[in-house]
Amino acid sequence: MSTAPAQAVTWTPQDYKSDYKPIWCPGCGDYSVLSSVTKAFAMLQVKPEDTVVVSGIGCSSRIPAYTSCYGFHGVHGRSLAAATGLKVARPELTVVVAGGDGDGYSIGGNHFLHACRRNVDMTYLVMDNHVYGMTKGQPSPTTEPDWSSKLSPGGTGLRTFHPLVIALAAGANFVARAFAGDPNGTADILAEAIRTPGFSFVEILSPCVTFRPEQREWKKVVHPASVQWTDDPARAARRVMTDDGFNVGVLYKGNRPPYQPPVGEARKRVADLEKEFAI
Amino acid sequence: MSPAKKKTRRVASPKKVVRKAATAIRKAAPKRPSLKVVKAPAAPPTPSPIASIDSLMAYAYALEAEASERYSEFADAMEMHNNREVAELFRKLARIENLHAEHILEEMGWTQAPPPPSSGWRWQGLEGPETADHTELHYLMQPYHALQIALHNERRAEAFFADLHRKAPSGKVRDAAKEMAAEETEHVRLVEEWLKRTPKPDTDWAVDLDPPRWSD
Repeated sequence: MSTAPAQAVTWTPQDYKSDYKPIWCPGCGDYSVLSSVTKAFAMLQVKPEDTVVVSGIGCSSRIPAYTSCYGFHGVHGRSLAAATGLKVARPELTVVVAGGDGDGYSIGGNHFLHACRRNVDMTYLVMDNHVYGMTKGQPSPTTEPDWSSKLSPGGTGLRTFHPLVIALAAGANFVARAFAGDPNGTADILAEAIRTPGFSFVEILSPCVTFRPEQREWKKVVHPASVQWTDDPARAARRVMTDDGFNVGVLYKGNRPPYQPPVGEARKRVADLEKEFAI
Repeated sequence: MSPAKKKTRRVASPKKVVRKAATAIRKAAPKRPSLKVVKAPAAPPTPSPIASIDSLMAYAYALEAEASERYSEFADAMEMHNNREVAELFRKLARIENLHAEHILEEMGWTQAPPPPSSGWRWQGLEGPETADHTELHYLMQPYHALQIALHNERRAEAFFADLHRKAPSGKVRDAAKEMAAEETEHVRLVEEWLKRTPKPDTDWAVDLDPPRWSD
């Protein structure tokens, strides 16, 4: 028998999948994102029982149920708030937050800004399809201004939200863009995002084939970033403001130390509060 | 007006009404994905040079295993959307690819799946040559479409190994790649035969009288 080029692994991607089958539309990019998330967990060999996937509301926010990790399918736009509390209370856990562009940039837009600013050590991945899919195709903050549909005749005419620039300006410590159609590449980026201390933000272009069937063409236009990541947020912002929106890869990696909960007096006060609630 | 010229008002039959509605929906519907992927693509560029048989077979294993995993995902998706015929077909394709992967393990005497041949290893396309793209799926697709996807993948795999045969630095790897390409050629032929036995879908296969988009 040959000395196999094999190495022992404890957890395979399959181990992070639950028995629940996704109910996303056939063709949806979120299937690939689920695959990337489980591959990233397997790369890092994180224990499923030490990993939590937190989400808000929307098609993509169904993802916690499809993993075997702990999960919290929370309130619309409030996934980051729940995840922040969780990570601060249980810093030993690996916390991954998932959601869509509507959940994260509109309803949860304010939480997004402050999660970047607080820099709690967790990873936020947004499956961006430029539309509210679950509620039948309304324009979202990242919808192009001229995207016309019966729900937005002639388009909204509104400037699109630029999540990567906002994340950089607000202080996220890791910023990247990925594409659902590249599950291996996305898994690499997610693994790096989880490994990087602080708040990591990964924007994943994930086609909605039902309400934005033209997004099937994304696979023809995405391309790897031609330059390496930078630790200069201003340079990263300039790059991302001038690119075509289909550059994938790590854009920025900073050195900000992640948020640490206060110790000493503040801790005591929390303990006192707990006593007040004791029955 | 003479009684002969008097126009009579006819009530359309329910069948006609449904047909008319279907035609209207079809005309108004946005262009559906063609799912026509039968044209053999250019050979995907091979990844970093494959210098040993172990490395070649690790690639071959990954190619088959990833294809099997993807077909299983497709089967799950189709099952969830009650397209059972296509779900069963994808399930069958997943089993076939898995058999190919297991055959490689057996042939190499490997007791477990090999890891990626080198760090940072990737296919040079977005995914392995035999891995179908998620966006090729449609909830109303028929077995014919599923087989078209399979045919496309087998042709890509054939092109992958043929390209490797031309470029491999070592004679042993070249020979093995030639053998793998010949195997894939056989798979192409089998799927082509399968396609011939499978009914072609009607032109309105994607028409849904109760579409998910109300604007359709």
